[in-house]
Amino acid sequence: MRVNVTVNGEHRRADNVWEGESLLYVLRERLGLPGSKNACEQGECGSCTVYLDGVPACACLVAAGQAEGREVVTVEGLASGDELDPVQESFVERGAVQCGFCTPGLLVAAHDLIERVPDPSDVEIREALAGNLCRCTGYEKILDAVRDAAAKKAVR
Amino acid sequence: MSAPARSPQELHDTIAGGIGESPLRPDGTLKVRGEFAYSSDLWHEDMLWGATLRSPHPHARIVRLDVSRALAQPGVHAVLTHEDVPGENVYGLKYQDTPALAADLVRYQGEPVAILAADHPEIARQALKEIVVEYDVLEPITDPERAAHDDTLPKLHAGGNLVRHQRIVKGDPAATADVVVSGVYEIGMQDQAFLGPESGLAVPAEDGGVDLYLATQWLHVDQRQTAKALGLPLEKVRLTLSGVGGAFGGREDLSMQIHSCMLALRTGRPVKMSYNRLESFFGHVHRHPAKMYYEHGATRDGKLVYVRAKMYFDGGAYASKTPVVVGNGTTLSVGPYDVPNAHIEGWGVYTNNPTCGAMRGLGAVQPTYAYESQMDKLASALDLDPAELRIRNALSEGSTVVTGQVVDFPAPVAELVQRLRDLPLPPEPAGERDIRELPGGASNTTHGEGVVRGVGYGVTIKNISYAEGLDDYSTARVRLEVLGGEAVAMVHTAAAEVGQGLVTLQQQIARTELGLTRVSVHPADTSVGDAGSSSASRQTYVTGGAVRNACRAVAEAVYARLGVPAEGMSLTGGKVVAADGAVVADLAELLGDSAIEETREFHHRKTYPLDPETGQGDAHVQYGFSAHRAVVDVDVDLGLVKVVQLDCAQDVGKAMNPDAVVAQIQGGSAQGLGLAVMEEILVRDGKVRNPSFTDYLIPTILDMPSMHIDVLERPDPHAPYGVRGVGEPPTISATPAIANAIRAATGLELPRVPIRPEHITGV
Repeated sequence: MRVNVTVNGEHRRADNVWEGESLLYVLRERLGLPGSKNACEQGECGSCTVYLDGVPACACLVAAGQAEGREVVTVEGLASGDELDPVQESFVERGAVQCGFCTPGLLVAAHDLIERVPDPSDVEIREALAGNLCRCTGYEKILDAVRDAAAKKAVR
Repeated sequence: MSAPARSPQELHDTIAGGIGESPLRPDGTLKVRGEFAYSSDLWHEDMLWGATLRSPHPHARIVRLDVSRALAQPGVHAVLTHEDVPGENVYGLKYQDTPALAADLVRYQGEPVAILAADHPEIARQALKEIVVEYDVLEPITDPERAAHDDTLPKLHAGGNLVRHQRIVKGDPAATADVVVSGVYEIGMQDQAFLGPESGLAVPAEDGGVDLYLATQWLHVDQRQTAKALGLPLEKVRLTLSGVGGAFGGREDLSMQIHSCMLALRTGRPVKMSYNRLESFFGHVHRHPAKMYYEHGATRDGKLVYVRAKMYFDGGAYASKTPVVVGNGTTLSVGPYDVPNAHIEGWGVYTNNPTCGAMRGLGAVQPTYAYESQMDKLASALDLDPAELRIRNALSEGSTVVTGQVVDFPAPVAELVQRLRDLPLPPEPAGERDIRELPGGASNTTHGEGVVRGVGYGVTIKNISYAEGLDDYSTARVRLEVLGGEAVAMVHTAAAEVGQGLVTLQQQIARTELGLTRVSVHPADTSVGDAGSSSASRQTYVTGGAVRNACRAVAEAVYARLGVPAEGMSLTGGKVVAADGAVVADLAELLGDSAIEETREFHHRKTYPLDPETGQGDAHVQYGFSAHRAVVDVDVDLGLVKVVQLDCAQDVGKAMNPDAVVAQIQGGSAQGLGLAVMEEILVRDGKVRNPSFTDYLIPTILDMPSMHIDVLERPDPHAPYGVRGVGEPPTISATPAIANAIRAATGLELPRVPIRPEHITGV
């Protein structure tokens, strides 16, 4: 099967896609975008979170065919060229990145939260990110980073 | 063949900051852009996908193994069994007892039996189903205590079912005391649950060897074991570290290393293996479950007189790190306390349960939960404040631990507890509360009725680095050269960055020692000497020491080239500076086109084996100490727990990167919280019931409370820069602090972790 999808603003085509492949597999293995991560591949850890038509989704739970004609933004699409998105900047600056495997999914989820709720409370941040597992950080620095990114975005 | 299209990156990002500062990670920007190449991201044109057939039975004889149908599938390029292992079909970290592929017997559910390579992961998965294996299913051995003592059980290995027995006797083992408390404690099987799955890409080389790009904790030990199984000399099996998505001990044992190389060598094509989450649960070793019998005796004024303990560690099917778990478990068995008399026995055994090996807090997690439970029980029997009892018995510099070793470095145990006791407690709940902050959270199970609060302490002692006589060392190569008119340094080690921040630290040390701004880190590989494992909280100490030594050798070479005595000279801001501050030379000019490169090792001071009868000996290099205080809310009607606050005080000797130290403490504490209230691999009759992130629960951002972290710096005079290993202690002391807080809230005995709702409600 052939899948046409807009990824990070660019039209992309994948040929010879097996019907059982996920959007995550197509992104990672066929389109050369490994940023979305394959940690559990059953929608539990959030490491593969991408925007699908503007709404965060676990790319592992989306069949490749379901993405036909739709718009996907991955972690690779958050920065504008060399300029990092504030949420990316804050994750680095606040030490919210250790092994970093959960980071791409957390970045998309945090980016979405700040778009919806520009000044989230701690409880709102916790609720919004509860679907993203992190095994390294203990989450406190992730909270710091999201607070910081929200403040940065408010200023810009 | 060429290197993979996506391969490990050199880390050039230079972010100012030396020792004691908190520069940002050089790999941070790559990671937030999604451009950092983890092992599962590796990719090579023309690569095949490897897959593993695993035993469904915990204990069975293999009667027939036929791969012909699988091999005939279109898109399948090789199907291999134990008969295809080119070298010795056995490996292991301490004992050589683990087959690369099972031959006649399987000893645990999930043991690899056959491997294959195919064009697409789905073709590989389907082809696995075409491999025919006939098993003669045997009764599994699942009770570790029986396995230790019952000689009538079948022997899982030629030497029997005992991996290690260690006794420790101090003072009068039969001492008596006024007040005695005892208890039997159990701890479930925890999983490292690193997020990045076991993955590697093996690329066959023209010299008949193989290049393996992978996630691991110790490149050289993988190289040695893999080369032996492949029947190749070491230099033909070259390993390069790719991005590692967490480790926590779970990557110390081999997983796909031998298998991916066998498939690459057989097919002549690059082969990538990447486990899915289910396979990851079967593909790595877990934390040892344990059963521990403890008795503490004390005087009426609360001084410990004796500790007697028996502990059983379930090692599962293969030895892995079980010998070390028994060694650590027994030598750390009385905790950070002065105990004049002790009689301790520990057994590590083979069973048909999943293999257990290294996990953060190795061998210390189990006894700490038990002795800290006992300390609270003793405080209650003495009508003493639990923190006060701990302070009265705290180990200090000059104390003798249970093995007779004298603590000849700072041991501020009492101070850690005192500092936690002095911290303010969160306000008692009053009025309407946000349900998201109550036990059960947004599930709306309570609005505060039935919720009681408790406070508990946990304190631990953990050995740092490898012990019991091992020559534990690391190697670093440092190159100083001129690039773009500026003197820059490149640090090259084989030490694994697994997320903890070692790459940042290597830059910090080189910047400090060489007085430079620009320092980059070469990808870790086996073309430089052994760095040992990223485990046992040892890398800052040992690889940090090696980088320091190599930098100092480079500096000496600079002075030698200048022809000036090293005495009083230093390197600062790219200049060679004399003691009086005068600039002697510009480093870039001095170097010109001729780089300086030096390789040095760092060996920590010697340790010694334990006496087999008495367990006495200077077994450990250094100890780390940490303490937690937990505040919990418990819904006693439903058995749900919310950890409200978790505070930690830890001595780190020297905070090389203060922000990273705090981050390690926060992350470690989260794993300790997980073990206290949710994390367990459920095993019944040798079979795993919950191998997924749906059923094996790790703490989310809703489960982790905010933490106050108090970092003490009491330099260890024997360690480079005075450092003390940081990574493990916080994981260890968090668990008993939370368990004790739940006991304080409920008044229940709770002799097992994780504490589940039914333990609290009794239903």
